Amino acid sequence: MHNKSITDLAKGLRSGEFSSVELTQAFLDRIKRHSSLNCYITVTEDLALQEAKAADDRIAKGDATLLTGIPIAQKDIFCTQGVKTTCGSKMLDNFIAPYNATVVEKFNQAGSVMLGKLNMDEFAMGSSNETSYYGAVRNPWDHNAIPGGSSGGSAAAVAAGLAVCATGTDTGGSIRQPASHCGITGLKPTYGRVSRYGMIAYASSLDQGGPMARSAEDAAIMLQVMAGFDERDSTSVDLPVPDYRAELNNSIEGLKIGLPKEFFGAGLNSEVAAVIEAAVNEYRKLGAHIKEVSMPNLKLAIPAYYVIASAECSANLSRFDGVRYGYRCANPEDLTDLYTRSRGEGFGKEVKRRILMGTYALSAGYYDAYYIKAQKVRRLISDDFKKALSEVDVIMGPVAPSAAFRIGEKIGNPIEMYLSDIYTIAINLAGLPAMSIPAGVVGGKPVGLQIIGNYFAEHRLLNIAHQYQQVTDWHQQSPKGFE
Amino acid sequence: MEWEAVIGLEIHTQLATKSKIFSGASTAYGAEPNTQACAVDLGLPGVLPVLNEEAVRMAVLFGLAIEAEVAPYSVFARKNYFYPDLPKGYQISQFELPIVGLGHLDIDVDGVKKRVGVTRAHLEEDAGKSLHEDFHGLTGIDLNRAGTPLLEIVSEPDMRSAKEAVAYMRKLHELVRYLGICDGNMQEGSFRCDANVSVRPKGQQAFGTRAEIKNINSFRFVEKAINYEIERQIDLIESGGEVVQETRLYDADKDQTRSMRSKEEANDYRYFPDPDLLPVVVDEAFKAQVKATMPELPDTKKQRFKDQYGLDDESTAILTSSRPLADYFEAVVKESACEARICANWVTGDLSAALNRSGLEITDSPVSHERLAGLLARISDNTISGKIAKQVFEEMWQGTASADEIIEAKGLKQITDTGAIEAIIDKIIANNPEQVEQYRSGKDKVFGFFVGQVMKEMQGKANPGEVNKMLKDKLK
Repeated sequence: MHNKSITDLAKGLRSGEFSSVELTQAFLDRIKRHSSLNCYITVTEDLALQEAKAADDRIAKGDATLLTGIPIAQKDIFCTQGVKTTCGSKMLDNFIAPYNATVVEKFNQAGSVMLGKLNMDEFAMGSSNETSYYGAVRNPWDHNAIPGGSSGGSAAAVAAGLAVCATGTDTGGSIRQPASHCGITGLKPTYGRVSRYGMIAYASSLDQGGPMARSAEDAAIMLQVMAGFDERDSTSVDLPVPDYRAELNNSIEGLKIGLPKEFFGAGLNSEVAAVIEAAVNEYRKLGAHIKEVSMPNLKLAIPAYYVIASAECSANLSRFDGVRYGYRCANPEDLTDLYTRSRGEGFGKEVKRRILMGTYALSAGYYDAYYIKAQKVRRLISDDFKKALSEVDVIMGPVAPSAAFRIGEKIGNPIEMYLSDIYTIAINLAGLPAMSIPAGVVGGKPVGLQIIGNYFAEHRLLNIAHQYQQVTDWHQQSPKGFE
Repeated sequence: MEWEAVIGLEIHTQLATKSKIFSGASTAYGAEPNTQACAVDLGLPGVLPVLNEEAVRMAVLFGLAIEAEVAPYSVFARKNYFYPDLPKGYQISQFELPIVGLGHLDIDVDGVKKRVGVTRAHLEEDAGKSLHEDFHGLTGIDLNRAGTPLLEIVSEPDMRSAKEAVAYMRKLHELVRYLGICDGNMQEGSFRCDANVSVRPKGQQAFGTRAEIKNINSFRFVEKAINYEIERQIDLIESGGEVVQETRLYDADKDQTRSMRSKEEANDYRYFPDPDLLPVVVDEAFKAQVKATMPELPDTKKQRFKDQYGLDDESTAILTSSRPLADYFEAVVKESACEARICANWVTGDLSAALNRSGLEITDSPVSHERLAGLLARISDNTISGKIAKQVFEEMWQGTASADEIIEAKGLKQITDTGAIEAIIDKIIANNPEQVEQYRSGKDKVFGFFVGQVMKEMQGKANPGEVNKMLKDKLK
């Protein structure tokens, strides 16, 4: 059951082949059996079974949606009322959210069942899931490899069949890179497509929630629920939400694909390059035209990102001060002691590093040289994409320079870790939608193809991904032991 | 050496919106601590601010009222600092691009008019309150006020004395209440003032080093604090010292300012545009829409009251000091058909005195403008005299009866029957031959005695004009 698509599961639930309670129990059992992967921070067993029971009633009444009774899991960055919401941090180890994030509320309304809260890099800062206070997540394809980050728990859980699908968030690649490393389908929507309300902020101008699933079709079903304007989020965009499944089967004959030459430079592992070329070839067979495009400013994306994201996070994380909720140090002597020790003890190393970088970049005398300059670079990068997307329909390339690296391999070298996001970060700076779909295997580990589309062209991306998944089976492969 | 003070004011006005600037929580004052703070005000993880359009409307109305440039595009920024009553660790404010740009306000000090520049006005959220009493060495936090909309109005350093500063502040206080954008309640902190003060030798162009005096919450204290600070700075310089740039606090009990923190200790607020909020776009259509709601402003109203009603400066100043009072007065004039000056005398006289005695505002007056107009109408149609009217007014203040009902019930109707008046006059002339003699020999003053006697005899109900006329005839 754990490898089935959402539509198949929905059929099974409706036909009475199995109940949501049975389905949910099966997933809960798998979660227990594979707890060594460390995908979940919190498993909400009782709540899940309650929700499953309610879903069964709803299905019986005949007012079910496709997601009613489907066991999913939430990245622990989304606030869930009455359930611990940690954001992967000691700082929020004791935080029971008193409200639901809009995304969570929408899944609740659709009647899906929440299995629990998924592990992640602390405050979504990391590319390997190693910065989590709750320990690293293991990649189900290789237990010594990282699953990617920051939505590492989400990607690993979906790949291992510990949830039908999961939410993720993507600030610099945090949906796409773990999706690539775990062999699943992940979509980062256009900035503003999915409400950020209740999604704990890392870098507000870059953060975007999105679906992580076994296929483009499943991702389309999830996005249908997640997308839409939210009056509680001023940056969410008030545009109609199209039917994301309506165009899945459209032909992509004549599709114009751009390949940025900057995506295929020296840093790219040759075996990964071969996987991408093969995937592009597959598209050629489907009738697509391939064209080389150029993004001259791409090399500036990482420094610009780390200035902007760090600057925003330095303010976003100020609320974690030990005063109202979250971690508070023992026996503070005075206010300064309360602040410095609560934050010093509550935050991990990478979070502190980024807060310090951001604080520095915003300081008097440095603001223009860093923050303003980075904003200008951001504009240049957006312009590069706009220009390229005026020539082609979508841009394709790798998601990451290599397949998943070993746990511990890069954690001691932040710069090297940052560079692993080279192909994903620029897309967040531009605010564009992008996907990662499984396209091959290198050294026994999956490799994803990245597809980048124009603003609000999620339906197009899903169509393009789905067409590929109709002629390939990379997305159907499961890691050993999880078949 | 002769010194000149240079003063600029930063005034925080709490905007009178129903809900907070970035959340739906109520802004009502005086609730139990932390009962008017929602998830957004508490700065919970994951919450986002959403701008209250009413706050924007109020800021634009203010901008238009001071003939300022209203920015077509303004930006909210985060002002970063840690404090327990600042839940997010930053305050959402406006920095580089405020909603209201350069404008001005005209003040009048001892008959001399002066134009004071307003540098800018920007929207921001208020912080909560730290409560240091009742917690036995600990501090309590009340976040009810957190997120209350503020319009911070920054003046140019155009004022040269504490008196000018107070005149500016009063003018602004009157304006924001006229516009209905602030209740002006200084005790509740709805209208707070920071003063930047420096001194320089008279004639010198360059400004001296300034000190900022924080949070002064009354007109009287602003005047005293500024005067103290001017003296302090002059004394300091004259005794060979130097003014340092710092923030000072005014201690009303000791009537002095003391240092709070110096420039070196000042925070670097690390302002940057708030990525959670879109830029505020104010287009011409919105401006026009707001402009259409612009009430008559104080200066215009003052001039009109003088022109239209022939009032003197003093009555005008009192009657236009607030919109409700001015409206009340105009309603009385209209409804009573009584002479405007008489209406003005009543509103600024008996009515105001009664309100003051009871500690009431005009909006809470037990005598509505309809009832007062009913009373004044009886003066103008000679049903009662002004003197009797005062008696009727007292009755009206205590109860709910109309002037007519009281006049009727108490039989206070003026006697206009000339026969009755004549009989009494004859009687009084007959009984007081001595005074008659004095009057006839040229002692005009005695006339008042006769009027008084007649009125007394008639319990004030005689028409004074009629009495005067008839007495003069009879005494010839």
